[in-house]
Amino acid sequence: MPETAALSHHGQDRHDAHKLPWVNKYVFSIDHKVIGLQYLFTSMFFLLFGFMLIMLIRWQLAFPGKPIPLIGGLLSQALAPGGIITPEFYNALGAMHGTIMVFLGIVPMGVGAFGNYILPLQIGAPDMAFPRLNMMSYWLYVPGGLLMLASFFLPGGAAQSGWTSYPPLSIINPGQTVWLVGMLFLIFSSLFGAINFLVTGLNMRAPGMSLWRLPVFVWAQLVTSVLLLLAFPPLQAAAILQFMDRVAGTSFYIPEGLIVGGQALAASGGGQPILWQHLFWFLAHPEVYVLILPAMGIVAEIIANNTRKPLYGYKEIVYSMFFIGGMSFVVWAHHMFISGMSPALGNFFLVTTMIISVPSVAVLTCLVFSLKGGSIRFTTPMLFALAFLPLFGIGGLTGLPLGLTVTDIYLHDTYYVIGHFHYVVVTGTIIALMGGVYHWFPKWFGRKMNDAWGRVHFWTTAIFMNGIFFPMFIQGLAGAQRRLYDPTAQAHNIVTQPLNIVSSVSAWLLFLAQIPFLVNFFHSIFKCEKSEENPWRATTLEWACPSPPPHGNFDKTPHVYREPYDYSPEGYLSDWRPQHQEAGARP
Amino acid sequence: MEKLINNYGWGLPVAASTVAGGIDFGIRIIHVAMFVIFILWAIFFTYLLIRYRRMDGVKADASHGRLIWSLAPDVVVLIFEISLIVLYAIPAWSRIKIKFPTPDESHNLEIVAEQFGWIIQYPGADAKFGRRSPALVNASNPMGLDPEDPAAKDDVIGVNELHLPLGKPTLVQLTSKDVIHSFFIPEFRIKQDAVPGMKIPVWFEPTKAGQYELGCAQLCGVGHAIMRADVFVHEAADYDAWMTRQRPQFSPQE
Amino acid sequence: MNTHATTISGHNPEFATTGIPNGKLGIWLFLSSEVMLFATLFTSYIVFRTSAAAWPRGWDVLNVPLALVNTLVLISSSVTIVMAYAKTLERDQKGFRLFMGLTIALAFVFLGIKTFEYRSKFEHHHYPSSSIFYAVYFTTTGLHALHVIVGIIWNSWLWHAAAKEWDEWWFPGRIEYAGLYWHFVDIVWIFLFPALYLL
Repeated sequence: MPETAALSHHGQDRHDAHKLPWVNKYVFSIDHKVIGLQYLFTSMFFLLFGFMLIMLIRWQLAFPGKPIPLIGGLLSQALAPGGIITPEFYNALGAMHGTIMVFLGIVPMGVGAFGNYILPLQIGAPDMAFPRLNMMSYWLYVPGGLLMLASFFLPGGAAQSGWTSYPPLSIINPGQTVWLVGMLFLIFSSLFGAINFLVTGLNMRAPGMSLWRLPVFVWAQLVTSVLLLLAFPPLQAAAILQFMDRVAGTSFYIPEGLIVGGQALAASGGGQPILWQHLFWFLAHPEVYVLILPAMGIVAEIIANNTRKPLYGYKEIVYSMFFIGGMSFVVWAHHMFISGMSPALGNFFLVTTMIISVPSVAVLTCLVFSLKGGSIRFTTPMLFALAFLPLFGIGGLTGLPLGLTVTDIYLHDTYYVIGHFHYVVVTGTIIALMGGVYHWFPKWFGRKMNDAWGRVHFWTTAIFMNGIFFPMFIQGLAGAQRRLYDPTAQAHNIVTQPLNIVSSVSAWLLFLAQIPFLVNFFHSIFKCEKSEENPWRATTLEWACPSPPPHGNFDKTPHVYREPYDYSPEGYLSDWRPQHQEAGARP
Repeated sequence: MEKLINNYGWGLPVAASTVAGGIDFGIRIIHVAMFVIFILWAIFFTYLLIRYRRMDGVKADASHGRLIWSLAPDVVVLIFEISLIVLYAIPAWSRIKIKFPTPDESHNLEIVAEQFGWIIQYPGADAKFGRRSPALVNASNPMGLDPEDPAAKDDVIGVNELHLPLGKPTLVQLTSKDVIHSFFIPEFRIKQDAVPGMKIPVWFEPTKAGQYELGCAQLCGVGHAIMRADVFVHEAADYDAWMTRQRPQFSPQE
Repeated sequence: MNTHATTISGHNPEFATTGIPNGKLGIWLFLSSEVMLFATLFTSYIVFRTSAAAWPRGWDVLNVPLALVNTLVLISSSVTIVMAYAKTLERDQKGFRLFMGLTIALAFVFLGIKTFEYRSKFEHHHYPSSSIFYAVYFTTTGLHALHVIVGIIWNSWLWHAAAKEWDEWWFPGRIEYAGLYWHFVDIVWIFLFPALYLL
């Protein structure tokens, strides 16, 4: 059945939903809610898996050359003889940690899970514009992820050249071909998803839902989709060229006269190693905003809901997101100040980089100003959203010395960089995603997560995340380099080596802190108190249908009468007025 | 190693080149500014959380102050960044990475990075670098120096040991044999990727005699961590004395 | 919900806030990402060429007459697919089948000539690994050929689906979107031909 037609048959589908065979209902489903949950569970698995990889690395960094206790013996002898991980395995762990966290964990959760589930509901649509394409996106993501996982067990092992895969190293290292094929799957998955989100967000809005009535979360998803749509194809092209270099013997990234291990490399030459870096960062910088924009959207929703007042500067936030999205295409080479590209270009990218920081400051300012005059409920999701503000702030501020050409000469490729982007992505995005899980859990499963355990989860998580990443700034300033198998092999790192132990212990504790979350999450799906349909008393449309919503979402297409965050309206007894509430009616 | 560790501490390492001071100035001023911004912001944030916490019988105020106030942080950040760019970053960047000392006034070197070490070519008495060819590379001739070239006769090759004189800038032509490496001497605050197929100039002028460390800052394979070299900075006279003790690659005795 | 109330233009009035049908918006977004893909390849081509020590003249090493024929074949197929669309709007199923069939046949002719070109290159021991020029030639034309193959599959599926879905409101839209894609494949070749063979 054609995609668009499927929608018009919804009335009929709803009655047939319970008759669908199990496999069509839960596995090859075309319902955006089922696909959203599939993304949620799969990406949670990959986030945990990627986290486990880095916990092995953290052992080697804290206690280089010592066998890993307890689980060291479980690893194969080839990867970790006697429980001591080899440099090859160390590099594979590092490369796969980055790849899995970014492409298989955070993006699928922020966009695939939250976007898929919430966006159609927030605009009052019965489903995505192309439900079958939506299913295809998920089923391209899964084999991409399985390929990445399988690469650990294939001959040659997993990719070892960093998630950035700089050639020529990535061309002579084993494992890279599988990585490239996996990436192509993930790129197609993201591209189809982006098209679907844009068409849905623009075309499937309920009557009355004008663009300036869209919740910030929807805007964030739309800008994110534009970035995915236009930034991924260059990486796709770059990956095809690297694939050709590895498989067909071309020399796109191989210059003439390479001597590898004393042997001349058999290649025609004529290639440009730096070209890859340009193409890679042309994707990977917008990708940073793909990671952060949905998080900002989630935080904005939670803050508006829990301050019980409209967001401060709604339009300013949306315009800032447009501006961030547009500018993110012209800042990529600030990752390459010392790469050997023309230093004069450095000045250009320095200026664009400084400019892009301004709208990010604007978004953060608006979110903070939204607290003023509010009646702040410190619910569990709100705690996460509030923690996002200062911690993402630290991530943003520490980007300053890295975006400045001169200071980047020293700080580039040190632990300072790792600290910076983990503050943005972990204490920024992941904190926001966790908040989003607590916020929308009642929507997904019709029950609330346990609040006390949620608070335990929040405080332990926030503390241990800082325990991991704050020491990295000190290490970086002291000169410690990143990606070293044995940090004590060079004098730079020895003085600050105790900080590696602090980071590592914090990382393991952070893992333990996730156990209450996981138990709470899975227990609450089946057992916890049933929630009301709209437990947070939220105004946006996703709460205008039952929780969880039936197939087809809304019993009757909602009509939208007002802006998204009409909290504490003047002259009303109640402190909220839903978007779909008719003008005259009082709750 | 013992001696090198003394160069490092819990803050920035020893500053031992003419550009280090400028870079440290930038790092310090930014961190002071970041700290001040963050503390002021955190005070405001904490105030908001306490002042506007949920209280019984108090309803949120749906109206907003004038939008103009929220632009204040943007303006402050913008002014700070513009002054950093114009007054500091562009001039300093151009001094370090765009303007180079002339070869005549410099101590000239060619450095080739490989998995996993640094090979240094000193031009010898004739101040000319001998021709190199990838085809001639072998275990005893790691640079692939061409014995037919008269300029190569007095060239000295060093592996994982870099010797520098005080009193004049060193101008390096940097390249790589195999993959991308990165030339990083933390005490000099200098870093530059070494890219195969490209010759990239790097310059720095040491200011203190002593021993420093050259590391590879770009992931280059399994031996990335052990890819390091010792840097020795000598007084000019000591450097000349050291140089005369070196045997050229194609010394007549061989 | 009455699906038959919708018009023949492929526009489903119920869900199209912007007034542009979902499929049309979707295909344009998809093509914008395709533009980025090929723009990247063309940029890379410029980078390789401007930094290359030597770059052969296309007409010295490649078969220009064959490529010219191929260009004409593709342009003709763009005309036939427009005719197929026109016949759909005219509700002339036979005409549609004829012109869509011609489009598919022309695409096969294009691929046949391309295969012949590749074979003669291989016979003269020119492989993607031979030089950066051949690397660019084989990769870009290969990727374009992949797009042609996708077009053949898409068009054949429509040709086949016409029997069942001819009277559905969405059918003309389907043909239009396939046509947009096919024009894009055509345009890419119009850029590739001079870049590789003539410049």
